[in-house]
Amino acid sequence: MSTEREAIAEAPASTSGLAGPRFRPGESAFRWMLFACLAIGIVFLGVLLTYVLVEAWPRLDSRLWTNFPSIRRPERAGAQSAISGTIWVIAFTGLFCLPVGIMAAIYLEEYADPDRWYNRLIELNIQNLAAVPSIIYGILGLGLLARQLGLGTTVLTASLTLSLLVLPVVIIASREAIRAVPQSIRQASLALGATQWQTIRRQVLPAAVPGIATGSILALSRAIGEAAPVILLGAVTYVAFNPEGLDSAYTVLPVQIYGWISQSREEFHHLAAAAIVILLVLLLLMNAAAIWLRNRYSKRW
Amino acid sequence: MTPDRDRSPEPAPEAAAIDLPEPPAGAEEQEGRSMSLFSRRPGRPEASLDDPVFHLSDLDVWYGDHQAVRDVTMTIGRRQITAMIGPSGCGKSTVIRCLNRMNDLIPGARVVGKVSYHGENLYDPEVDPIEVRRRIGMVFQKPNPFPKSVYDNVAYGPRVNGMKGKLDDIVEEALTGAALWDEVKDNLKGSALALSGGQQQRLCIARAIAVRPEVVLMDEPCSALDPIATAKIEDLMAGLASEFTIVIVTHNMQQAARISDYTAFFTSDIDPAGVRHGRLVEYDATEKIFENPVDQRTEDYITGRFG
Repeated sequence: MSTEREAIAEAPASTSGLAGPRFRPGESAFRWMLFACLAIGIVFLGVLLTYVLVEAWPRLDSRLWTNFPSIRRPERAGAQSAISGTIWVIAFTGLFCLPVGIMAAIYLEEYADPDRWYNRLIELNIQNLAAVPSIIYGILGLGLLARQLGLGTTVLTASLTLSLLVLPVVIIASREAIRAVPQSIRQASLALGATQWQTIRRQVLPAAVPGIATGSILALSRAIGEAAPVILLGAVTYVAFNPEGLDSAYTVLPVQIYGWISQSREEFHHLAAAAIVILLVLLLLMNAAAIWLRNRYSKRW
Repeated sequence: MTPDRDRSPEPAPEAAAIDLPEPPAGAEEQEGRSMSLFSRRPGRPEASLDDPVFHLSDLDVWYGDHQAVRDVTMTIGRRQITAMIGPSGCGKSTVIRCLNRMNDLIPGARVVGKVSYHGENLYDPEVDPIEVRRRIGMVFQKPNPFPKSVYDNVAYGPRVNGMKGKLDDIVEEALTGAALWDEVKDNLKGSALALSGGQQQRLCIARAIAVRPEVVLMDEPCSALDPIATAKIEDLMAGLASEFTIVIVTHNMQQAARISDYTAFFTSDIDPAGVRHGRLVEYDATEKIFENPVDQRTEDYITGRFG
């Protein structure tokens, strides 16, 4: 037994014909290139976070969310109006765009005949809309909603504009989630005499919820960081009160940050960094919610 | 697809001795013959088409510009087990999906000819496919339980159909009918996806019979299962046939021979224009198909000489 093993071990490797180069330069180079790409992203993110935290440190305290902005006295200035403005705007953006986006996605996935030219046109346009720069949406909101429809530069206008901005993303994400529900589930339901709506309502949507929720939250995360469209829509930089309704004036964190950065005094720059940290925390909370939802409700087939 | 390697059951000596006095056509007349290989299951009525449920006449099915199935004419009897066999691409699954209008779900599918169900044309514009599918249930090739509890899987059909009666009783009855009750009764709230493949398929059968259909269509229900699970489903089908009309598509000829009363043999043909299409070659009592087929192609297929 042992001699046999030794014999095998001693046999020259090439006799079996399986020997080959241990080191393949192409393989290793490719692997390292991939790693380098990843490292670039991680390193820059790390540097950015560190810089922001260091800058923000002197002002990262409760004044930030208890006080309102002040132009003259940076030591007393806070971002409460911007924080609450952001929450108001995002909440209503979600309220407006999620039902519309999800229903549009249901139509496209479950009802639309992909062979019809108008359905293909809609599909193509949604993909294009997702790539339109956000400032264009700002101009649309200003011209159509604020001026033409007379909604003014209010929370409502901002929410509607941001809804339009993220709607294509919500639709695309929801479609992916709905498409991921196996066809066999729909067939099983229909074969039991369920109607199409019953099938969607009781089988397809519950199974697609994790994907829809994840995609939608990520879309809203994009909206929360938008400054360009809301600058056009009157998220003026000095708002010393929280929004009180949909018709209220408002400001949001990105605009507040921009306002502080453009001040000349050093204290305001620390304040801006601190507001950035708040914005990042809000974003992380939303992404955490997305991950939690996905893990909590995800289905395996 | 190649036919199973095992040859289809060869007539055992005593069966050969009894032999068929050969009444021409009309399978109904082949009654009372005891054959070792195809002995009727105890308590089963004779194979008979006297009480038809479906009558297909000159059925053609098109997928877009392609004619998948041509000229199928056959009658399916009440509370019979009717098997459809044949090589892949012969259109047997297409035909079974016409029987509860599941083909409607395939874009471009079109049916020409007539599928009548108790004399009513299923493809009449007035017919509601939802109602059709409620009466004609279906079990699919791959077990496809909903990602819900065992209970909710079975209760789903009765719920969406607004069935009267106590749901718990309906669920228990359906699971008992599918020979699954004893295995799951202590874990009705457990996920259906945690069951084994064979259990999942029996759950799908329970789910189908919970809405009390008249017909249960089975599209290769055992092809994803191991032999033990397959045997359980076959036993189950024999029991179900006392209450339901069963149509089963199978690749397994032994299975068709073991369980069915009638067998339809389909094959794929190439017409002079070079178009491949499915065709019904021969349809008769199962004993006749397997022991004394009329068509040479049937004979070749069941004896494994096909292709």
